[in-house]
Amino acid sequence: MYQEDEVRRMVQEVLAGLVSAGVGTPAPDAAPAAVAAAAPAVAVGSAGSGGGRVAAVAVEDGEVPDVTAVSTKDEFHVPNPANRQAYLDMKQSTVARLGVWRAGPRYNTWSLLHFRADHATAQDAVFTDVDPGYAAEQGFVAGQTLCGSKDEFLTRPDLGRKLSDETKALFGRELTKGAKVTIMVGDGLSTSALVNIPQILPAIKQGLKNAGIEVGPVPFVKYCRVGAMDDLGPLVGSDVVCLLIGERPGLATGESMSAYMAYRPSEDKPESWRTVVSNIYAGGTPPAEAGAHVATIIKRILDEKVSGVDLKL
Amino acid sequence: MKLKTTLLGKTYVFRDVKDVLAKANEEKSGDQLAGIAAESAQERVAAKVVLANLLVSDIRNSPAVPYETDEVTRIIQDDLNERVYQEIQHWTMAELREYILDDATTSADLRRLSRGMTSEVIAGLAKLMSNLDLVLAAKKAVVTAHCNTTIGLPGTFSVRLQPNHPTDDPDGILGAVMEGLAYGNGDAVIGLNPVDDSLASVSRILHMFHDFTERWEVPTQNCVLAHVTTQMEAVRQGAPSDLIFQSIAGSQLGNDAFGVTAQMLQDARDLMLSHGTSTGPNVMYFETGQGSELSSDAHHGADQVVMEARCYGFAKRYQPFLVNTVVGFIGPEYLYDSKQVIRAGLEDHFMGKLTGIPMGCDACYTNHIKADQNDIENLAVLLVAAGCNYVMGIPHGDDIMLMYQCTGYHDAESLRQIFGKTAIPEFEAWMIKMGLITPDRKLTRRFGDASIFLQ
Repeated sequence: MYQEDEVRRMVQEVLAGLVSAGVGTPAPDAAPAAVAAAAPAVAVGSAGSGGGRVAAVAVEDGEVPDVTAVSTKDEFHVPNPANRQAYLDMKQSTVARLGVWRAGPRYNTWSLLHFRADHATAQDAVFTDVDPGYAAEQGFVAGQTLCGSKDEFLTRPDLGRKLSDETKALFGRELTKGAKVTIMVGDGLSTSALVNIPQILPAIKQGLKNAGIEVGPVPFVKYCRVGAMDDLGPLVGSDVVCLLIGERPGLATGESMSAYMAYRPSEDKPESWRTVVSNIYAGGTPPAEAGAHVATIIKRILDEKVSGVDLKL
Repeated sequence: MKLKTTLLGKTYVFRDVKDVLAKANEEKSGDQLAGIAAESAQERVAAKVVLANLLVSDIRNSPAVPYETDEVTRIIQDDLNERVYQEIQHWTMAELREYILDDATTSADLRRLSRGMTSEVIAGLAKLMSNLDLVLAAKKAVVTAHCNTTIGLPGTFSVRLQPNHPTDDPDGILGAVMEGLAYGNGDAVIGLNPVDDSLASVSRILHMFHDFTERWEVPTQNCVLAHVTTQMEAVRQGAPSDLIFQSIAGSQLGNDAFGVTAQMLQDARDLMLSHGTSTGPNVMYFETGQGSELSSDAHHGADQVVMEARCYGFAKRYQPFLVNTVVGFIGPEYLYDSKQVIRAGLEDHFMGKLTGIPMGCDACYTNHIKADQNDIENLAVLLVAAGCNYVMGIPHGDDIMLMYQCTGYHDAESLRQIFGKTAIPEFEAWMIKMGLITPDRKLTRRFGDASIFLQ
């Protein structure tokens, strides 16, 4: 068993390695903490008949403020609350959209548009196709499941778990047979989650390299469900397959990614054979840090030759 | 039994009643995924024509799952009133549909009729109804139930206050309860979907709800929607639960996937009647949703409307206070888009009311389906027009724990205003007492201010 401080030390090592290599350092302007810092004051609705207005967001002259700049914890529009301070304190205990006030019985305009912006983020993450040139730009080997369209992907999860015949043939030619570890990338339910790849992928590779483990070429699979890694496993014969895939978006969290790992995955292994690290994005577990963590788990899987519920983390 | 028809020069032959029912269903991606849907629009209509000419007895005698192997089928069949059934057994499904829609058929007539129809018959009716038919028929089928207060009275429209929190933080949950109450939500129930299903956590939240509603004298019910066995243990240890909740399915196999049996639900109800805090006699709360049987491979080749109707026939045995379909939660592989979600919401509400259970609806959508808040507001309007007992109330419609969206706190009073409805009478009186609304239903400055509970 790895001790917690040992894991932390390995994560630090990998991060240090990345910084010295000049790759994948977390961009501070992508972190929500930075956004919150740019909008420090609680946007208290005070004057005006229509409730609140977000006055604390600094914008250039002539520009309408970004409706998503203030977090739901800090957004507050009740004009004359019975107990303002207690209300604001209470709001710090939840990200639920409380204290939004109303126009008659309906939402006020500000919170309505904030909600719509958050839903738009989620919708765009799901329904946007990956750019056709994406895999080539990244140096990945591009493949596809049996799904022929986004619609088919959404309605036929069974087809999203199987690689197409062309893809199998291509992967058979282009991927390293018997590479100890194969890292696989898939769009899943969020194309936006691919934004994490330039950070998480080098971090995983660096972590494995530190342990003397080389990684083969990276296959990219379009219209990919998690089960597609079971189809890839026997094809490449790797001891570990790690799939980096977009999660189903929540409201305003379109970029969240998961890493699924399995020891010699195949169709006859149950879902419980997979180990997963989820919630990987700038506002959750930052991708570089997650990558280092994933690398340590992959090493554990290689050492113990088990994964999923049998791997006691 | 006639299973064949010719439509527009083409002859269609159906395998059996199950096949007719499946192909007569309005288009659903889940039926297509199961490989049982009509292959063309014309085949769908042909199936409806055959269905309209089947006798009620044809359908009763072909349950979706055999009586011998499935306790849900046994409960549905055994609970039928044979006298009522004998009155309608020789009717065609078309005649039954027209009887229900007939102006002379009253709410009381429908309540009696519900005792003579199996779930498959009720599902068959839904397949012969247009959306407006479903609204009109359901509107006539009034079903009330009593726990601490009475839900489903004509002229009322209720809301479950759903104060979910991603870590079950007590302050965050309570904050959402306060805000919901300040918007007139919560007359159906204050009900949390817990993250932590442990006995200690469930008990703690039940006590918190109870203490709060006692202090502010809120006339309602409370519930924490953990697994039935966890809630039972909490009640045995003295937790003040007004209702016991469970997700249920339309087949025994589907209930296996939820870890629940008929006996378990009977035990839960008996426990609540002997040791629960509420008045009763309706002390159970069930949730359902089209497609859940297929997702656990427990649909036995039947379509998702039939399996959903069977949930209601099963639920009826336990005389619930609340039953709601969670209609858009399951995803686009079962209900493809807003059109299918809206249709399913109206079907489910109609089938629940025709079964004789006090039906509500969680009108909702996930982020990977082609639907948005406008669609769900449309469905909510249709549901209230149909006399739906209750919908969900969530801060701004955004469930931060279950990661889906549904009707928001603001929708409760909006819908009451549009349709001239009130909350449950005792709760309505409480809203006036708290100064949230005036006696003539005007919103005050306190309406929407959660901090009135923070003084």
